[in-house]
Formats: sequence, C-alpha cells, structure tokens
Amino acid sequence: MAACASDGVELQGAAVPAITSLDEFVFGVAPRPVRCGRGVEIGAGKVIPEINFTLPPIDINRDNWPEIRRQYTEMITGVTQRAVDLGVEDLLVEFETLPPMTVHPEWGAEITSLLAEHLQNAFEKHGLRSALRLTPNDTRDHVRPPRMRGGYYWDGMVELFHAAARAGADLIAIESTGGKEISDEGLMSADLRTMVFALGVLAPRDMRFLWTEIVAACREGQIVPSGDTACGFANTAMVLADKRMIPTVFAAVVRVASVPRGLVAYESGAIGPSKDCAYEGPYIKAITGVPISMEGRTAAGAHLSPVGNVSQAVCDCWSNESIQNVRLLSTNAPTVSLEQLVYDCRLMNVAASHPGGAQTLRDWLAESDAPRDAQAFVLRPDVVLRVSGAIAAESTPYRRTRAAVLASVDELRRGLTSGELSIPANEKRWLDRLAREAENLPEDEDRFIAEMMPVLANAPYLPEEYCLEI
Amino acid sequence: MTDLKPLYTAILEGDAPTAKAVTQKAIDEGIDPQVLLNEYMIPAMDEVGRLFEANEYFVPELLIAARAMKGALEIIKPILVGTGAKPVGRVVIGTVRGDLHDIGKNLVAAMLEGGGFEVIDLGVDVSPERFVQTVQEKNAQIVAVSALLTTTMPGMKTTIEALKEAGIRDKVKVMIGGAPVTQRYADEIGADGFSDNASGAVRVARELVAA
Repeated sequence: MAACASDGVELQGAAVPAITSLDEFVFGVAPRPVRCGRGVEIGAGKVIPEINFTLPPIDINRDNWPEIRRQYTEMITGVTQRAVDLGVEDLLVEFETLPPMTVHPEWGAEITSLLAEHLQNAFEKHGLRSALRLTPNDTRDHVRPPRMRGGYYWDGMVELFHAAARAGADLIAIESTGGKEISDEGLMSADLRTMVFALGVLAPRDMRFLWTEIVAACREGQIVPSGDTACGFANTAMVLADKRMIPTVFAAVVRVASVPRGLVAYESGAIGPSKDCAYEGPYIKAITGVPISMEGRTAAGAHLSPVGNVSQAVCDCWSNESIQNVRLLSTNAPTVSLEQLVYDCRLMNVAASHPGGAQTLRDWLAESDAPRDAQAFVLRPDVVLRVSGAIAAESTPYRRTRAAVLASVDELRRGLTSGELSIPANEKRWLDRLAREAENLPEDEDRFIAEMMPVLANAPYLPEEYCLEI
Repeated sequence: MTDLKPLYTAILEGDAPTAKAVTQKAIDEGIDPQVLLNEYMIPAMDEVGRLFEANEYFVPELLIAARAMKGALEIIKPILVGTGAKPVGRVVIGTVRGDLHDIGKNLVAAMLEGGGFEVIDLGVDVSPERFVQTVQEKNAQIVAVSALLTTTMPGMKTTIEALKEAGIRDKVKVMIGGAPVTQRYADEIGADGFSDNASGAVRVARELVAA
C-alpha cells in the first residue's frame, strides 16, 4: 500500500530545463513520473482527475465533530461511487485540512483515516486505483509576525506531517506561506521590489527549511513528498486582479516570479505532482520534469480566473481546487465536480492517443485564453519554455526570481507589440512601470537585501526566522 | 494666498510630499483646517473612490492617495483636536476568529483612515470577546468585521451575538465584508452595513455614523 518515494530533483546551480522541446511539452507525460498510493502512476501517459472538497459553513469544534465526519463520509462516498460508475481507473483525492485540523493534528489525522478507508474499500471492491494527498495548511501565520521555525503552530504542522502516513495518506503537499507576511503588502501596493524580496529572498529560505522537514517525514512514512504552491502569493494576486484591484500585468509577473520559490521544494526532495492551485506548475514541469496537477475552469466553484483553459494545457492531474459539500440539482457538488474532471480527462487522454492530438488540443487550450489576459499569456507553453530557460540558467533563488521578472516582462511587451496579447490602456502604463522597476533590481542578492532591510524595518516579519541578520 | 487646488490634485495622484507641503503652507497662512478637509481633501478621496469604482484606478493608486491624505491629515489633526473637532468616526476593524486573511481588511482600514475615520485595527483571528472589549474601551461607533472563508463567516454572527450579550449592540454599528459575504448574509445575521469593496465601505461607514 505504501507509495514509493524517490530522491528529489537536483537543480543546485545553473541548469538546463528538463523539457526544452515544445513537442514534448504536453499533458499527461512528464520526464519524472510518480507512482503512489494504490498503484497510481502520474505523468506516465494519462491525465488523472484530482478531486478536492470541503465543508459547508460550520464551526469546527468537538461539538460539531459527528456532523463533520458525516459530511466527509458523504463526500468521499459520493465521489468514489461516481468514479466507479464512470469507469475511472485512477483517482487522486486531496484532503486539505482546515486550520483547526492542523492546530489539532489528531483531527486532521482522523479525517485522513476516514477518507483513506473509503478509498481502500473502493480499491478492494471495485479495483479503483487511488491515492490520497494530505495537505496540512500552513498555520504559522496565525500570529503576526509569524514564527516560521518553532512554536505552537509549527509543532502542530510537524505532528500532522509525521501522522500522515500512519493515517493513510499517500502524498503530502502544502501551501506554504513563508514571506507572505511581506507579500500581502507588496501585492496591495503593486510593489515589485517588495514582492521580489518576499518571493526571491524570504520564501526560498523558508521553503528549504520546511521542505527538509516534510521530506524527512515522508521518508519515515514511505509516502510521497509531492509539492507546494504559491497560492498565498500568486493566486492572491490573480484574485485581486480578477476583481480589478491590481493590474493583471503585475499579477502575471508575480506568477512567474513565484516559480523559483517553488523550485526549492523539488531541490529539497519533493517529487511531484505539484499542488493543483500552483498555476506556476507548467514552469515547474518544464524545469524539473516532475508531473504537475493543475486546475482551471473546473476551479470556478472555489475562485474565478482568467486561465480556465490554458492552465490545462500541460497538466498531468486535472483538479477542481475545492468545492463545498452543497446540494445541487443533480447531486452534491463534490460528485458533480468529479464528473466534470473525469470527462475532461477522458477527452485529453483520447486526444493523446491520436498522433499529434495532444499537441493540437494543448494549443487550442492555450490559444483560447492567452491573447485575452497577461496571466494567461505567461502560461502559454512556448512562453513557459522560453522563460524557463532564463530561470534555470541562473544559480540562486534570488537570481532566478530576478530572471523570472525580467523575462516575463520582456515576453509581455513582446506579446503586446506583436499583437498576440491585448490589454487595456491603464494596464500598459503599469507594464512600462514594471519594466523600469525590473531593470533596477540588482544582480547581487546581498546588495538587494541591504537595500530592502531598512525599507522593511517596520514590516510584520522576523528576519531571524529567515536567517537574515538584522 | 496659497492655491489649494494642488492639494486636491496631490491627493488624487497620491503625491504625499506635495499634499503635505500645500497643507502646511495653508495652515501657516491661517486657512481654516475644516476648509482644507471638507473642500479639498475629502472631495479628492471621493474622486479617487469614483475612479476606482469606474475601473480606472487600481488599489495601489487608491492606497497611495489614502497615504497622501493621511499625511495631510496628520498636519491638521492637532489643530482640529484643539478646536474640539472630532474624527468622522471611530472604527474597530478585524478579521474574524480562525481567519488569517487580511488584505481586504487592510484595504478597508486604509480607506477609512483616508476618509477621516479613526481606525483601531485588531488584525486577524480576532475573537468576539476582543471585538467587544475594544469597542467598550475605545468607545467606537462602528465594528467592521471581515472574513474570507465560508467556514469562518459564522464568526461574524458570533461577534454580533457577543455585542448583544455585552449589552452594547445598540451603541455600535456593525458592518461586514469579505469575498463570500453578501448583503443577504448581512441581513440574515443582523449586521447594519455591508460593502463588497473598500471605497464603498467608506460610504457605508459614513452613512452609519450619520444615522
């Protein structure tokens, strides 16, 4: 039952991306496939549905616990039954804890066990191959400034990492938040330098520390250290841009600038698949070769986005982000969501079975979104490969982040000039501003840190938690 | 006499140094600070809000305008206090217990400050008891409660119930906001005001203190 873990991706120092040919950059196939759970193979030729679900509004406490268990039982029963009815062969289920379930890790472990038991039963009874991904949420920013490497919240997270395998999880992922306490303000102000400090200086230091711990826990339990996501950074930017609060060009650059942060997880031993809400996944796949989980229009039940189709173009798992257990006309929303994912996966897998079919469908998915929004444009597979080359050529997370910013701004300007991308006039002045600010980012990280530390002297973070000298 | 139009323009464009310089010069010349506030500063912020709602401004532009406004306000505040003038209102703001999201809450706080309100920001993960205690201590007219998660939204209702239990519900207005929050939900839990955006929140807050 236990999944096989393997070593992470070595990317220390400058490197060439794992994928450089557009022909080889397709959905369902990754250079480093992952085998996990009850015989599930990810990135080995087929796209696999990944379903995630959550509770409707309810206080999470001991009094409500019987109802919470009933809700999860209802969700997993509906999902597995529908998967069997639709002839699904491989299924990935993600359980993302809610904050009290990480603060009280025994609660998170209990729901993990409940879900694992149902998946095992479906495997034994119907042959449904499956794997359960546990995503403890990062609770460290419950206090501001957050303590990143110790204390009450850290202890709860670590306990859940170590309890995961015993509870029946097959993979661990996380939406880590190191640097978020700085980036929130950077996003609100559309301040590129603050975002680069958060994503290129703070976050990688935290990722190295955090993922070393996660990988150790996974090796102990012989489960898969899967991946991380820049959800707290780039998805926050995407949602803010969708609400017209910040420019989409800024959100697009933040997305690409979040890639080097993500790479640290894989350098530290994660092997994929990346977390579904990591829309930067195509870059992770191109550079490291690990399989990725993606979401798009299927995630509209959780949040809206301008990348509903293009996000699917090179996925290996296709996900819904999350859906609440509410009743719809047909049945409960998690089951509805699963059905939508299954039909999308069928289409992709049939396309891939025809010569050139995967490339054609991929290009249609990209073409239908990319010209309309800067964030979709930077996910276009050819753009991803070019920018990935620039990122991988650099040797440190900061320098990679700087390269990501410069290359993505260049691509957006090129797209605008060539007519491949269209953006409103008030966005163009922001793109010009970003270009100026990007050019002023120093090459040397120490110099950048020395410039930024005084600027952020009153910011809500603790430099020592990131091994920075005050 | 100093031309005060540049004060309006400086706030509109988020030019804090100019906003402060024009304000200081006007005060030095003996211009009534209420004139600066009511005829230039607040109208400039109203225009900023209009441009934001018309999708011409983004939040960063709105924020730098609010900072310029705050810079100018800090110059006139001691004089206003000396004359017995009060802030537009005092607001206690925070994100409900169990919820760590604060981007929207911070934005509303900045806009309220820019709108002349005194804001006491309790941060994230705020218990109903802490809201109640702060309202009592600071004698606030408004409690602004934020939540991003559907799972933490019930904390808004709990906060209102805590205000009732403390016997101060009729002394304070409650406004709520956050991605999953709707006017219908506000009505359902008995909140006094709701807004789905930051500049709208200022308008709602003004209406609530005027009521």
